[in-house]
Amino acid sequence: MAIGNLMMTQLEHHHVLTALVENHPGVLARMAGLFARRGYNIESLTVSVTEDPAISRMTIVVAGDSMVLEQITKQLNKLIEVIRVVDYAELPSVQRELALIKVNAEPRDRSEIMQIVEIFRGRIIDMGERTFIIEVTGGSEKLDKIRELLNPYGIKEMVRTGIIAMARGPRTA
Amino acid sequence: MKMSGAHVVLECLRQEGVKHIFGFPGGVLLPFYDALYDCQDIEHILVRHEQGAAHMADGYARATGKVGVCLATSGPGATNLVTGITNAYMDSIPMVAITGQVRTAVIGKDAFQEADITGITMPITKHNYLVKNPEDLARVISEAFHIARTGRPGPVLIDIPFDVNKQIIEWDPSTYPKKVDIPSYRPNIRGHEMQIRKAAQVIAEAERPVLYVGGGAISANAQKEVTELAERCNILVTTTLLGKGAIDETHKLSMGMLGMHGTAYANHAVNNCDLLIAVGARFDDRVTGKVDKFAPDAKVIHIDIDPAEIGKVRFADVPIVGDVKLVLKELLKHVQPRPWSEWNDQIMEWKKLFPLIYPKDGKLYVEYIIDQIGEATNWNLIMATDVGQHQMWAAQYFKCRKPHHWISSGGLGTMGFGLPAAIGAKVACPESTVVCISGDGSFQMCTQELMTASVYELPVISIICNNHSLGMVRQWQDLFYKQRFSQTSLEASPDFVKLAEAYGCVGIRVEKPEEVRPAIEAALKVRKKPVVIECIIPTEENVYPMIPAGESVSEMKQRTDLEELKASLNTDSEAWSFSEEDKVLSEYVEEAESVQTP
Repeated sequence: MAIGNLMMTQLEHHHVLTALVENHPGVLARMAGLFARRGYNIESLTVSVTEDPAISRMTIVVAGDSMVLEQITKQLNKLIEVIRVVDYAELPSVQRELALIKVNAEPRDRSEIMQIVEIFRGRIIDMGERTFIIEVTGGSEKLDKIRELLNPYGIKEMVRTGIIAMARGPRTA
Repeated sequence: MKMSGAHVVLECLRQEGVKHIFGFPGGVLLPFYDALYDCQDIEHILVRHEQGAAHMADGYARATGKVGVCLATSGPGATNLVTGITNAYMDSIPMVAITGQVRTAVIGKDAFQEADITGITMPITKHNYLVKNPEDLARVISEAFHIARTGRPGPVLIDIPFDVNKQIIEWDPSTYPKKVDIPSYRPNIRGHEMQIRKAAQVIAEAERPVLYVGGGAISANAQKEVTELAERCNILVTTTLLGKGAIDETHKLSMGMLGMHGTAYANHAVNNCDLLIAVGARFDDRVTGKVDKFAPDAKVIHIDIDPAEIGKVRFADVPIVGDVKLVLKELLKHVQPRPWSEWNDQIMEWKKLFPLIYPKDGKLYVEYIIDQIGEATNWNLIMATDVGQHQMWAAQYFKCRKPHHWISSGGLGTMGFGLPAAIGAKVACPESTVVCISGDGSFQMCTQELMTASVYELPVISIICNNHSLGMVRQWQDLFYKQRFSQTSLEASPDFVKLAEAYGCVGIRVEKPEEVRPAIEAALKVRKKPVVIECIIPTEENVYPMIPAGESVSEMKQRTDLEELKASLNTDSEAWSFSEEDKVLSEYVEEAESVQTP
């Protein structure tokens, strides 16, 4: 199970699933265990509470063909605490991810970096003597792209939240 | 009412209709066993090893369809249940396992006899609970039983810390939930009407249909519906190992078991059919062999309560998610009678060409033993088995007439399951004859439970088919590993007769075929003691037919002496009851042929 390894190449067959689950202790372990023992590969997994504090929402990015996806969805639904699973491949949705990137920022490079950040509508949220921390949100491709552009300056550390998704229009999960 | 958590648990079990618990005490269960001391309604069976408790609860559930209950203390007690819980999980057996846990205050601190049993059993239970608050006990227990018995049944574990059992709380037993509703768990039991209609149409259009029935039909108690569908449409039925009893196996439409060691005719039928009606079966690899070559020309109607089984291994042309019994009832409203077909004649021809047969050469064979047990009891008995060659012979030759009469570890293949499962079945059905078919290897994995059977005066009959080896592994070494018999000899084994006697059981040794029947008759007369019959059988015998793992029907291995044995049938009428069976069959065929298509 490789979490958070969102390379472009692996995104080709990725699916975004959302599972609404009872907010019980151990439910994350059940989900993770299921993925591990059935041999499904999670690319990212995010968990948080929803508008209803009794219910958590997990957004899972997985790789696989439609057969695999069908099995994953059915197996997830079998977990007693899983209320509903939605595959966002089937409906129009917005998908967002947030990244924090700590990048080397020598005085001579600063203005260039700031321009890149601006183009990507990111923000510099920490400025040290030789580093910036950049916050940027968007789809996964956008985050991959800014990472690529910042790479030459030397990325010291990066963290990404994994994708969260929501259906467009009045439809809810 | 003020009562301890343990009293709440017992009261909840009572309200669930639990009559027996199989268990073993321990430190953190002291409050529970103290409460049990006064309990009149529930009998506790004290086992000798927790694995035995889990298998007994499992056997109890298989014999009755009710939820089996087992109990073990924290740490090693709980981990000893693991094999038994996994066994129940793989075969979808309703079970509630209750474990003690260390005090809530020390959970996670590596306390004495602490094990994270909810973590350990997560992949092998349908669901599990750690109860940290005694106020939650009643809700959790009601949910556990509901989850265990509904939908696709399975084991549920409840872990109860010492202090939760000990604490006194205010609780009114009349508030115990009569009905459980878990919003995130509502199994779909009624099949989709459109799909059911479509299934009826596909059946009507099929030329070469076969019914392939699994354990789901047993859990759903659908013998009547399976038989009715088979009879109305004249479709021959093959069952999986766990589906035995879904149709009376003396019925003319029964082809016995399919798969690796299934009958050749069942496998040929499935291989050549154009419609496979899978009923509560999951296309296990021991059934399919090579999936691409399994029923290659068939459309598939797949009826199962678990949506995840549909399309997991084989694409289903007509998927129907629902309770097998309810779906079949609905389906029967739409299917029209079909006459006896040429296809059925073809299967009957295969039955003649490739009969299940064994030599009558004075040696003692398991096949003969099973036949003799059947004749002595008119096939009216509960047969439990261990795992290995004896299990496959029993599956081939035991004509299971009723659901819940066949108790065998399928998915997990657990050696040591047979004896405790038989004990559980006997506790559940004291009036039934319960016979455990075991091997010298398997029997030694849970021998200690002879003491349990002895103490509770349970006349379970154990037949140890002693070939002085781990026969099934030996068979594979014989066929696929150049007869390099690595570590499969059990030449040194205990004196099973003396062993039985040491446990207070009756011990009998049988070495010749003619001694079998008298030994069985004698055993059937024993009322208050378990009986162990050790049968000395040849080491070299292999189970046939056999489709090697991952292969297809075309690779099926038959007995090398099949033709010889068939020839002897014609000359020696006593050797085989085939001719008589044939006569009854022809009557049936005549009757069936008179059914006209509308």
